[in-house]
Amino acid sequence: MSLADFKYADTIHRCFRCGYCKFPVNWKDVNNCPPYARFRMESYSCGGRLWLTRAWLNDQIKWTEHLAEILYSCTTCKNCVIKCPLRFNVDIVNMVIAARGEMVESGRLPQAVKKFLENIELYGNPYGESRAKRGEWANRMGVEKYHGQEYLLYVGCTGSYDTRAQKAARALAEIMMRAGVSFGVLGPEETCDGNEVYKLGESGLFEVLAENNIQKYKNTGAQKIVTFSPHAYNAMKNYYHEYGGSFEVFHYTQFLHGLIENGKINNLRCPNMKITFHDPCFLGRWNEEYEAPRAILRAVEGVEFTEMGKNKESALCCGGGGGNFQIDLLGGSENSPARRRAREAYETGANVLAVACPKCLVMLNDAVESEELANRLEVLDISEIVIKGLNI
Amino acid sequence: MDSIYEALVNIVGKEYVSNQPEELYIYSFDLGTAEPCQPQYVVSPRATEHIQGIVRLANKEKIPIVPLGGGLSLAGLAVPLKGGILLDLKRMDSIIEVNENARYAVVECGVSQGQLTSYLEKNYPRLTHSEPGAPPAATLAGNVMIHGQGDLAQPYGFNSDLVNGLEVVLPTGEVCHIGSVAIGAGWFTNHPLPDVGLFLGWCGTTGIITKLSIRLFPCKRIRGVGTFVLEHEDLVPEAVYKLTHTQMAEDIVAFSSAIPPFASELQQITVNIAADSEKELEFKQEILWDDTLGEYIHRGEGAYLGFVRHLQRPQISKTSDYKKGGGFEYVGSIVPIQRYPECYRKGREISERHGIPYTVTGRCVGAGHSMMFAWTFAFNRADPETIIQARKALHETDDLVLQLGGVIWKPGTYGQKLILERLDPGTKELMGKIKRLIDPNGIMNPGNWEVA
Repeated sequence: MSLADFKYADTIHRCFRCGYCKFPVNWKDVNNCPPYARFRMESYSCGGRLWLTRAWLNDQIKWTEHLAEILYSCTTCKNCVIKCPLRFNVDIVNMVIAARGEMVESGRLPQAVKKFLENIELYGNPYGESRAKRGEWANRMGVEKYHGQEYLLYVGCTGSYDTRAQKAARALAEIMMRAGVSFGVLGPEETCDGNEVYKLGESGLFEVLAENNIQKYKNTGAQKIVTFSPHAYNAMKNYYHEYGGSFEVFHYTQFLHGLIENGKINNLRCPNMKITFHDPCFLGRWNEEYEAPRAILRAVEGVEFTEMGKNKESALCCGGGGGNFQIDLLGGSENSPARRRAREAYETGANVLAVACPKCLVMLNDAVESEELANRLEVLDISEIVIKGLNI
Repeated sequence: MDSIYEALVNIVGKEYVSNQPEELYIYSFDLGTAEPCQPQYVVSPRATEHIQGIVRLANKEKIPIVPLGGGLSLAGLAVPLKGGILLDLKRMDSIIEVNENARYAVVECGVSQGQLTSYLEKNYPRLTHSEPGAPPAATLAGNVMIHGQGDLAQPYGFNSDLVNGLEVVLPTGEVCHIGSVAIGAGWFTNHPLPDVGLFLGWCGTTGIITKLSIRLFPCKRIRGVGTFVLEHEDLVPEAVYKLTHTQMAEDIVAFSSAIPPFASELQQITVNIAADSEKELEFKQEILWDDTLGEYIHRGEGAYLGFVRHLQRPQISKTSDYKKGGGFEYVGSIVPIQRYPECYRKGREISERHGIPYTVTGRCVGAGHSMMFAWTFAFNRADPETIIQARKALHETDDLVLQLGGVIWKPGTYGQKLILERLDPGTKELMGKIKRLIDPNGIMNPGNWEVA
């Protein structure tokens, strides 16, 4: 493809590389673009990616594995969209996704991205795990299979397969059961929501996933879906309608907040917890939901809540978005976004770092361990905090 | 095996060295109209010792070094004109000290303007620094290196006048300190030791600034900007002179632009005002608008457009998107304020000749001692012809500055050539001697200030 055929050919040159996109809202540092924070080379900045994309499509530079890694290191966290003051800002991440789409089309991808997509196609999850094991996280919990209950709980790949995230998924299911919510899960019939597939530029595979999922939900009669992951929430809320999806979608924090408000969950108590909260990109910047998780934490008696300096639309991404949870182009350094974020959380004096995303949970849990902070800062999903509150 | 690459890796670590086409491409560009030139290596040091090691290596290998701060000069000053090692200094970004009582900050060379603004707002709300109109990613060291000016230029002058001290890696690898810190007395003053100020304005051709101390100033509780408009450019110098006499403004900027069309040809003057109380604010506003500029209103030559509380800091620039083209560059000049009308008229002629909507700005420096006057030319990065037109316009404007009796501010290579042609022979010889002595292998940002 030439630049002229690129969807954003009339826009991509408008990036001046002024660098606003590196900052959080309060201009605290230039480390709010995850790949730039990790590598600190202009090539990894948002502007660098756009200029390199244009140069590649203009045949000024050739495709290399390194170029592909630079483009795929973007976590699609949308900090650049928030910070860029120019009118084309809404398309910045879309330009990166479109460039990745070109790489997908031509089959020139980093090995880890290839493997990710291959696993999704073969197994319906990026782990390459058997579909049959997808529902094992709920073994012996008594969670019902979905058969027309009011809510379908969509757990997603990370909550289904990652052992740390499974604990949080179990906490959520237990809360829902104890609150008397009518819900079920698809278990082994659940398939990847496709959010990361979309962000990796594989629009064709995303379309297949979306259509199949929508058909499955229609066949089962699901009208209301609660997602454990903000990534799934984003895909189902913002993209599935293009493929005929017409159900209500809630992120679980919105749902739990509703349960607290109508008294189905009450008497939450967690003494001696000083909590700070990490906003997931796909709940916050992508869907502007900043309040529900905080409202839940405020409802827990005994919790002292403190904000990180970079919060809400300024939150530093954990580095797990845009497929990087698996393809891991940003790991392996004290400058990895997750480790930076863990330090930022620790600086608040909190003893609990609350999250509302299974990817953030795993990324930050690992980061806290790498930073040797595990005995001083516990990473807990909000579902785990609520279940602790209920148990006391 | 590339031995220079290996040596660089040994100094800063593998992750912070690149000789791959992607980094060489990105770092070959200035954001303005300068032609790209590729380095052979891009290196991102974290410590003064790293820079010393790199400089020593470069001397041994006789390979150029080009230091880069925020990369926002727009004049091509950090384009590696003769290749070599591009030093991206932004990883050296620690704020080392803020002395609240003596009002200064010591920072590493990669600290950005936005970072210091944010840090002071959070930790020292009674202090502020003179923040330039550049994007917040511009570094403090880069700004003082080019004799930048900020939003406190009217009371306090150029930002390079506000330097209390420097740490510099010399072109041969030694570290030296300038100012009171040189005798271990802290970073509170640049005086009164013998003047060895060989680094500011040299564009990295005499050394690499690694740390600097910059003066801070009282930050009043209320800050805002008032706007006054004058119908004719000839009125601007007198109005600015009167404003400076009040000693009540933090920043005085006159500007005019073709866009929006209804305001074209009008001259707007923004005045930043700060106060600790409503009483002080009211008093200053009365003095500035009523007593000082009121006469223009009475004569029907001007109008007061209002006062907006809260300064937008850092300033957000959208100039690059004026033509949806992603590019602009400007010629800056330091000129007497009395030249404002000619600067405006001739700059506008040049813009119109090249089919570019005109934008001119003049910031008062000191108590009317001079003005930084800038002519801005937007271009479309996707249309090479507009880049060529902008470049021609910029070169014509460089010539114009000197014709008007001004000095080109942060000149690119074209402007440097014009200045060197006019430079006092004795001064030029001195610069040559300094350069030959301090940088015997000519490795420091070659192509800039070629006097040796």
